[in-house]
Amino acid sequence: MKTRIFAILLALAPPGATLAQEDAQLIGDAERGEQLFRQCSGCHQIGPGAENRAGPHLNGIFGRRAGSIEGFDYSKGLERAFQDNMVWNIQRLNLYLENPRSLVSGTRMAFRGLKKQQDRDDVLAYLRSYTASPQDIPESAPTARKREVDLPPEVLEIVGDRDYGEYLASECVTCHQTSGMDEGIPSITRWYPEDFVIAMHAYKQKMRPHPVMQMMAGRLSDEEIAALAAYFADLEE
Amino acid sequence: MTLNRRNFLGTGAFAAATLAAPMVRAASHGKPKVVVVGGGAGGATAARYIAKDSNGEIDVTLIEPTRMYYTCFFSNLYIGGFRELSSIGHSYGKLASEYGINVVHDWAIGVDRDAKTVSLAGGAKVPYDRLILSPGIDFVDGAVPGWDLSTQTKMPHAYKAGTQSELLKDQIMAMPEGGTYVMVAPPNPYRCPPGPYERVSMVAHVLKETNPTAKILIADPKDKFSKQALFEEGWQKHYGGMIERLGPDFGGGNVSVNADTMEVNIDGEIVKADVCNVIPAQKAGAICDAAALTEGNWAPVDGHNMQSRMDENIYILGDSSNQGDMPKSGYSANSQAKVAAMAVRGSLTGSRVFPAKYSNTCWSLIATDDGVKVGASYEPTDEKIASVSSFVSQTGEDADMRKRTYEESIGWYAGITSDMFG
Ligand SMILES: Cc1cc2nc3c(=O)[nH]c(=O)nc-3n(C[C@H](O)[C@H](O)[C@H](O)COP(=O)(O)OP(=O)(O)OC[C@H]3O[C@@H](n4cnc5c(N)ncnc54)[C@H](O)[C@@H]3O)c2cc1C
Repeated sequence: MKTRIFAILLALAPPGATLAQEDAQLIGDAERGEQLFRQCSGCHQIGPGAENRAGPHLNGIFGRRAGSIEGFDYSKGLERAFQDNMVWNIQRLNLYLENPRSLVSGTRMAFRGLKKQQDRDDVLAYLRSYTASPQDIPESAPTARKREVDLPPEVLEIVGDRDYGEYLASECVTCHQTSGMDEGIPSITRWYPEDFVIAMHAYKQKMRPHPVMQMMAGRLSDEEIAALAAYFADLEE
Repeated sequence: MTLNRRNFLGTGAFAAATLAAPMVRAASHGKPKVVVVGGGAGGATAARYIAKDSNGEIDVTLIEPTRMYYTCFFSNLYIGGFRELSSIGHSYGKLASEYGINVVHDWAIGVDRDAKTVSLAGGAKVPYDRLILSPGIDFVDGAVPGWDLSTQTKMPHAYKAGTQSELLKDQIMAMPEGGTYVMVAPPNPYRCPPGPYERVSMVAHVLKETNPTAKILIADPKDKFSKQALFEEGWQKHYGGMIERLGPDFGGGNVSVNADTMEVNIDGEIVKADVCNVIPAQKAGAICDAAALTEGNWAPVDGHNMQSRMDENIYILGDSSNQGDMPKSGYSANSQAKVAAMAVRGSLTGSRVFPAKYSNTCWSLIATDDGVKVGASYEPTDEKIASVSSFVSQTGEDADMRKRTYEESIGWYAGITSDMFG
């Protein structure tokens, strides 16, 4: 993908744009970034048709004003960044990916951070391919996530009983923190309910490998999974 | 079973009983009162959940003698040098200030089940509508001849964390070069099945660094033990030649000690110990006996809700309870506490009661970044809490997976302690 984008950039580049092209190429390996981005995809979508989930969609993130997507319920931290007129440039995104809370205290993005510069570069290269010129390139591969497991529509349509979800969730929060902290054990708060349901069924069907989660999900009924999804979707810190 | 709103409430004898007697009012006509004895994995969780979920409709009193609770979980990691002792100490401040729990630092010394009061060492009597007991373990008298509580300073058990853990660690650090650490392991059932073996791993880890010619000897009354293949593989890999275990075939079950001479008699053979870690046979916390709620060493409960089989107003959680297949672990106690909290609330305020589900996972650290785990999920039957599915780490796993397992345990520790203490 990297080589293709670079080639297309060259073809489209106006005269005198060599420097910019080199910068674009130097960010990192977008293909590897796409792999790494799976960690982010529980909360963020990117690519054609990307929508806001637990986190805002990331199309056009380079140069976007922080906290600026209409209708998305930002944390206080990002609202502050918006007021401060913070714009996502490569340096800020780099810092944010390294440790979200060190750049925006109070952000809900409870991600442990990518500690290696190479990993951050590669993810940034991937994000970059959906901002500015690359997004207009027709050949650019669609990256909207495919569902991991196929579920009948009636399973996805179950409206979870939030109270029951709250009781069932008491089992989850022995390990997963309600604050959304993401250390050793991933955060499960504020997921888009459908993503939550799909992930749990993926464990249940043993498509996802983790034995504890396979065991936990394995004994949950469709209704129980929906109840948990409903509870965690709007859990506040 | 597929659950829906219709059959939530219809499942199990207990749910029916709850429906039959909602909205119990306290004798004093005030708010219903719940008293929790023991602020550990079971008690702190139960107190917090009842206070948090009852929206002020229930008065919760937590009776716990210590001001700082040191978790047994991760106390072995302290011995191994992976944690500071202060990092496993937790205070009750938030339970009082954020959840409005009345935290009383005292010992419960008796329960008057007719009058429904708990008497405290300080002289007070605390009334309850429902009582939750989660006092952990005490030791069986005479289980290891020559050892009793008066010798626990010379031969620490470190099976209640805090001072005992510190003592054991200091003794290990002060071992002479090439000295011998002896562990007298407990018979089943006991608190934390992998606990003694995780401890041996952690002791080996520090000794390898500070005193590599030292030896570890385990006298064990059990034929086999939790995660045995994983521990043995790890010991071979990381601490080759340092650890020896004598099972019952080699007299490991026939042990007496002499704390004055620091001698351990294993089936007639005398071993001189530099450190002797005696973990005696265990029984329910003494308050369960005092309240006449035990049968043998443990307190029998109904697995649907953790209610004592001897008194419907009393619930018994964690290590003290005889519930069935769940191991005596912090994770189990925490899991049971949530079921009991829901049942207690339901019986006092008529709040919704859902069918019980329980689970457990126990992580153990074998060496730096080498973590393993075992776990199971459980459901109640009329006889007991029964295991329904389980998993265990595999031997030969790659280093990355073992490291992730260890990192997971750190996440779990943060999760469970905030679930207990807020
Ligand atoms: C070395 C070791 C390692 C362990 N590792 C793990 C692990 O990795 N994972 C895991 O899940 N579990 C682990 N455990 C087990 C875990 O610590 C216990 O199973 C758990 O603490 C049991 O909870 P509990 O509520 O029954 O008792 P406790 O947590 O012991 O709480 C009992 C409380 O009651 C108080 N109390 C006792 N009597 C009275 C009284 N009469 N009046 C008032 N208060 C009283 C005590 O002061 C104490 O605070 C480990 C245990 C040990 C020893």
